Amino acid sequence: MGTLIQLEQVTKVYGRGHAAVNALDRIDLTIERGEFVAVMGHSGSGKSTCMNILGCLDTPSSGTYRFGGVDVGALSRDQRALLRRHYLGFVFQGFNLLNRTSAIENVELPLIYRGIPIRRRREQAAAALAAVGLSGWEQHTPGELSGGQQQRVAIARAIVTDPDVLLADEPTGNLDTARSREIMSLITRFNQERGLTVIMVTHEADMAAYARRRVDFLDGRIVTAAEGPGAMAKGPQKAPTT
Amino acid sequence: MIWETYLLAQRAIRRNALRSTLTVLGIVIGVAAVITMVTLGSGATAQVTSDIAKLGSNMLQVRVGQGFHRGGGARGAATPFRMADVQAIEQQIHGLQGVAPVSSSGMQAIYGNANWSTTITGSNADFLVVRDWPMARGRIFTESEMRAGQAVCVLGATVQRRLFGDEDPLGATIRLGKIAFRVIGVLGAKGQSSFGTDQDDFVLIPLRTLQRRVAGNTNVGSIMVSAMDGVPTEAVQTDIERLLRERRNIAAAQEDDFHVRDMKEIIDTLTGTTRVLTALLGAVAAVSLLVGGIGIMNIMLVSVTERTREIGTRLAIGALERQVLLQFLVEAVVLACFGGVIGIALGLGAAALAAHLLAIPFIFNPGIVSAAFLFSALVGVVFGYFPARQAARLDPIEALRYE
Ligand SMILES: Nc1ncnc2c1ncn2[C@@H]1O[C@H](COP(=O)(O)OP(=O)(O)OP(=O)(O)O)[C@@H](O)[C@H]1O
Ligand SMILES: [Mg+2]
Repeated sequence: MGTLIQLEQVTKVYGRGHAAVNALDRIDLTIERGEFVAVMGHSGSGKSTCMNILGCLDTPSSGTYRFGGVDVGALSRDQRALLRRHYLGFVFQGFNLLNRTSAIENVELPLIYRGIPIRRRREQAAAALAAVGLSGWEQHTPGELSGGQQQRVAIARAIVTDPDVLLADEPTGNLDTARSREIMSLITRFNQERGLTVIMVTHEADMAAYARRRVDFLDGRIVTAAEGPGAMAKGPQKAPTT
Repeated sequence: MIWETYLLAQRAIRRNALRSTLTVLGIVIGVAAVITMVTLGSGATAQVTSDIAKLGSNMLQVRVGQGFHRGGGARGAATPFRMADVQAIEQQIHGLQGVAPVSSSGMQAIYGNANWSTTITGSNADFLVVRDWPMARGRIFTESEMRAGQAVCVLGATVQRRLFGDEDPLGATIRLGKIAFRVIGVLGAKGQSSFGTDQDDFVLIPLRTLQRRVAGNTNVGSIMVSAMDGVPTEAVQTDIERLLRERRNIAAAQEDDFHVRDMKEIIDTLTGTTRVLTALLGAVAAVSLLVGGIGIMNIMLVSVTERTREIGTRLAIGALERQVLLQFLVEAVVLACFGGVIGIALGLGAAALAAHLLAIPFIFNPGIVSAAFLFSALVGVVFGYFPARQAARLDPIEALRYE
C-alpha cells in the first residue's frame, strides 16, 4: 500500500516567551494508505493541532511533514490549498456547513473548486448524500436538519470528491449512541469499500473501537500507538468536549 | 468559474436582500442623479439648438464691437454701422436672400386706455425674409414709406393682444412715446424663445423713422443677413468681413472692430452654459457615487466578518486565495451594478417626467447610460477590493475557529 503520511519530530508552538505553549512536542507518526486511525487524548492534548497539520491547514514550527513523499512545509499557501482540494476531505469539529444553503449545495462546494460542471456536480453531490442516507433531504438547509443529519451532510461533503484521506475531528461529538454508530459504520464502509484512509479524533473508546489503530496524545506527545481493535479495550477516561 | 462566482454572489446578496438594497442606495441615488442631469441637459441643449435653427440656420448677424467670446471689449468705442454699409452689403455680397438693418429701443405703446411697455425695432421689409417671419394680417411697409420715414408700424402678436384685445388694429393709430403711428399690419405669433423671452413682444417700424424720430441719429445697431439656400454661410461670412474691413479702413495687422456671428456660434455660446451646469451637477453626482462606494466597502467588511467561518470552510476545502478574493470582489461589483441598474432606471424615469413637465425633448443617451453602468461597476471593484483581500488573506484555522 505504501506510506501516505509521515510526521518526523514535528513540533507546534503557539505564542512566544512565557506564554508559549508546545501544542505538539516532537511527534513521530507514520500512516499507511488505507489505514483507519483513531486519535484520542485529553482535551488540550494537541489532537486538533495535529489534525490541522495533517490536513495541511497549518505548518509545523519545526520538524517535517511528508504527504505522499512531498514536504508540505516547503509548499506555498496556494499549493497547500490545491493539495487539500485534490487529496483531502474534512469533517470539522463543528460541522461548518454554510448557513441558509441547501444540503446539496453544501455538498457541491468542494466540486465547484475542482471545476466540475454543474450537471455532473449535481449528480455526484446527490450520490454522496444518498451514500450517507440523506436522499430526499437535498433541498433542506442546515437549519432545517437535525444534528445527526447535519453531521452526515458534512461527511457527504468530505467524501464527495472521493479523496485519499478523510480527516474527521470528532465526527460523532454531538450525537447520541445510535446516531454515532450509524456514522461510524458509514465511515468504516468507505474505509473498506473505497480504501479511504481515515484519521479520526474521538473522545469515546466505543467509537475508537471501529478503527484498526489508535494513537493516544498526552500534553502534545504521542504516548501509545496501539494496533488492532483489541488494543483499545481500556481507553483513557472520557474527556469533556470543548 | 466566473459564472459560478456570479451565481454565488447573487445568492449571497439575495440572502440579505434588505441590507443589500440599503447598501446600494448611495449608488442608486448617484447614478440616478447623473442620468437625470445629463439627459435633461442634452434635452435642453437640443431644445435651444432647434429653436435657433428655427430662426434660420442660414442667418448671420453683424454687430459692431468684438465677438462675445473675446469679451466684447471695445464695442462702445467702435464706429456704428450706417445705411451705406447696409447698401454696400446688399450690392456687393452675392448669394444673399435678404439684408435687414436693425436698431431697437425700449418704449411705451399706448392705444386708448391700454398701455404696454415694449421694444420698438426699426428695420426694413427684409426683416421678415431674414427672420422667416410670416404676416398674420395687413402688410409690411412699402419702399416709399421706408424712404420717407413715415409713422407706420407692424405689431408683434403680443403687443396686438395687449393693446387691442379682440378689436381690429388695422388702420388704428397708436402712440409710441410721443409719436402717433398708424398700424398697417400684424405679425404671426412665434411664441417663447428657448431662453424664455417672448419673441412677439415688439413693434416693427421703418428704420428711417426710428433713426429720425426716436434715436435722433443715423446709426444702424446691427445687420441681419440670410444666405440663399445652398450658399455656405462661411463664404458669406468671410465676404462680409472683407467688405467691412475695407469700408472701415482696418489695417491688416489690426483686429476687426465688428463681428459676424453665424447661428452655430450663437448655439455654442448658449449651450455652453447648459454644458457647464451639467458638468457641475455631474460632479455633485460623482461625489454621491463616492459615498455610495464607501457604503459598499463598509457592508462588505461587515459581510467578511460575519462570514469568517464560511471563508474558513472554503479555504480548507481547497479554495485558492484569489478565488476567495474574486468571490467577494464579484459580490461587491454585482451589488454595485445592481445599484447602477436601479439608478439608471430611476434616473431615466425622473428625466422623462421632468422633460415632460419642462416641455423639453427627452433624449435617451446610450453613452451616458453605459458610462454610468461601467462607473458603478468600477466603484464596486475599487471599494470591494480591500474587503475582498481581507477575506482572502484570512488564516483558515483562525477562520474556522471564529465564533
Ligand atoms: N491558535 C492557538 N493559539 C494559541 N494556542 C492554541 C491555539 N490552538 C491551540 N492552542 C493550544 O494548543 C493546545 C492543544 O490544542 P488542541 O486544540 O490541539 O487540543 P485538542 O486536543 O484538540 O483538544 P479538544 O479535545 O478539546 O479539542 C491547547 O493547550 C491550546 O490551548
Ligand atoms: Mg480539538
